[in-house]
Amino acid sequence: MDFNDTPEEAAYRAKARAWLADNAPKYEIRRVGSPMAEQAVDLEDMARAKAWQAKKAEAGYAQITWPKEWGGPGGTPIQSVIFSQEEGRYNLTTAYFIIGLSMCLPVVMTVGDEETRTRFGGPALRGDDIWCQLFSEPSGGSDVAAVRTRAVRDGDDWVINGQKVWTSGAHYSDYGFIITRTDPDVPKHKGLTMFWIDMKAPGVECHPIHQMSGGAHFNQVYLTDVRISDKQRLGDVNDGWRVSMMTLMYERLAASGVGRTQGFDDVVNLAREIQTADGPMLRNASFRERLADWHVQAEGMKHTLSRTLTALSRGDTPGPESSIGKLVLANLSQDLANYAMEMQDEFGIVSDPALAPLQAAFQNALLGSPGGRIAGGTDEIMRNIIAERVLGLPGDVRVDKNLPFKDIPQGA
Amino acid sequence: MNFDFSDDQKFLKSEARRFLEDQCPPARVRKVLDDPAKAYDAELWQAVGAQGCLELCVIAEELGRACAPIPFGSTVYFLAEALMLAGSEAQKTRLLPKIAAGEVIGALATSERPGPLTEASVRARVEGGKLTGDKIPVTDGDIADVAVVLAREGTGIGLFLVDLKGPGVKADTLSSLDPTRSVARVVFSGAHAEPLGAAGQGMELLQQVLDRAAVLIAFEQVGGSDKCLEMARDYALQRYAFGRPIGGYQAIKHKLADMYVKNELARSNAYYGAWALNTEAAELPLAAATARVAACAAYWYAVKENIQTHGGMGFTWDVDCHLYYRRSRQLAVVAGAPAVWKERLVGELERKNAA
Repeated sequence: MDFNDTPEEAAYRAKARAWLADNAPKYEIRRVGSPMAEQAVDLEDMARAKAWQAKKAEAGYAQITWPKEWGGPGGTPIQSVIFSQEEGRYNLTTAYFIIGLSMCLPVVMTVGDEETRTRFGGPALRGDDIWCQLFSEPSGGSDVAAVRTRAVRDGDDWVINGQKVWTSGAHYSDYGFIITRTDPDVPKHKGLTMFWIDMKAPGVECHPIHQMSGGAHFNQVYLTDVRISDKQRLGDVNDGWRVSMMTLMYERLAASGVGRTQGFDDVVNLAREIQTADGPMLRNASFRERLADWHVQAEGMKHTLSRTLTALSRGDTPGPESSIGKLVLANLSQDLANYAMEMQDEFGIVSDPALAPLQAAFQNALLGSPGGRIAGGTDEIMRNIIAERVLGLPGDVRVDKNLPFKDIPQGA
Repeated sequence: MNFDFSDDQKFLKSEARRFLEDQCPPARVRKVLDDPAKAYDAELWQAVGAQGCLELCVIAEELGRACAPIPFGSTVYFLAEALMLAGSEAQKTRLLPKIAAGEVIGALATSERPGPLTEASVRARVEGGKLTGDKIPVTDGDIADVAVVLAREGTGIGLFLVDLKGPGVKADTLSSLDPTRSVARVVFSGAHAEPLGAAGQGMELLQQVLDRAAVLIAFEQVGGSDKCLEMARDYALQRYAFGRPIGGYQAIKHKLADMYVKNELARSNAYYGAWALNTEAAELPLAAATARVAACAAYWYAVKENIQTHGGMGFTWDVDCHLYYRRSRQLAVVAGAPAVWKERLVGELERKNAA
């Protein structure tokens, strides 16, 4: 048992580190935090992010696990993790490309024809094109297959009408990966078809969603008589559900190098500073008990990641334990933020960055944290996934399973 | 990165599981549960030998899974670890081979009253090499040959080795929440006490023994927690209500998913404890406390929700859920309760952050 790189991994890390030292600093950005938290795009940041992506692609460090036939370097998952860890030491922006490269493009490259692959593979890899994923709709969040956006065949074209929601980055994306209903007369999973669309095409309209946290990272996307060619179809007609499942598979394979839980050390430091009648909050028994529980979860996740990396390092598929991360960390973040706010007592309500500790980081985290428990699979869906796929328990009763989609009861 | 056990250790684990499934089914555990005169399974005890650190971790997990009714923890995690940590060469030579052969049963005698162990709670005293005082409860105190005893001597507190079969020792078996593990009151009246480690270092040495034991006990707890999850899952698949398996209802699915999450967090923390134990890392105190707190929380959730999943059947004597419910309580308090370890964990965090 050890935490060391194998000799091959160490050599790869040394090479990556040296390359980063030579190249990364000039692409660093000044701002902190995700560039996607706000609606207004900082064009200078985006240009720098694109240039950095192109630099990585040229050197074989973009999408390290992409096979050679996709134009990637054909590296291993552990090399990808090592590079991410090393890249994470610099303040670089890669967020614009993650959805496209880890979820949309692998499917485009798998089911697209030669022309489509050539057209999109290279530009996405180099950061020339940014992609978004148009899956969720107002009537279907957890129930993704309840898609109502229609695509109707018209000669060699299709005409799309409908509305998508929670689309990250739609407002600055070049292309979108969209799932549509093409046959409402068959059960819901059997009448879906996947396409790519040009986000600047006539009839595509993006409206920001104002989040409870104040930001506007997501969009509603309205599609009105959007006419596309049948060549934009990805996979067979009415085979869209299978194609969309491939995206989720790629999402899971994209192992991330999550480190220490965000905010844990900040809470400890704040507890040193907050004074109670009996000295610093850090000496308070009820706080200490909570701190121990949080530490157990944060450390448990860190070491669970080590188990996942061990499997990747051996070339094995990570075990099911890698599926607990989002559920644990999203809840932990919310708990930490709330306790840190309450710890400030009456002052905790102040969210003015000029006055609240750590520029109101906890107040901001408190308002952002409900999103973490919903985005990318709600807590409830994550528990269903663990229960069904890991523990082998039966699926939920689905009253809509064998009904034609058009006959499925729908809410307002 | 190689944060996993070796193939040899995994082989040992699978062999241990096969052996225990064969030699320690619940029926064997119940023989100890149902017979007040039976303190442990002597035959099984003879068959389980001592091992190296990481090997011990994998064995402990399997013993926890089987809910084995043997004095393994008292002998191996407490007596053997204390000897390896603080024993003289003569003490090690005298006892370790016998422990390895299953010929000696050990015990750790520290508690004297309800509530956490503190310096003030230690009243037993050694004078002129003779020990006087009561220790209650002592796990396996009625069957053990040798005890590690915490007692005052002069102005300090030390650890002592005491032959429990010698004169001046009286051990009475007590009724226990977990009858599959024996517990006793041990009364010392002038028993011969041999110093173990430096005089006056008892509390510090004990803490080091407990740190090591906490990691091993965490593996027992993880083994038990996983077994409870399997029991609950299997029952939820076979039990029908309202026309379908109860495991298809989200109230049960989500409960078992939460059980899985807690078990995995406990397992990952136990692995880190095993690494710290095996490499004698400076992180051991924090790693041990983290492993123990996580394992106590996971096992408690698993045992109580396993009964809940079984419904009324889970509350009967005949269904095995209560064996684990009982054992989880024994393991949660035997090396100090979670509240004590949470405080230790935070103290270590403060020390680490200050450094």
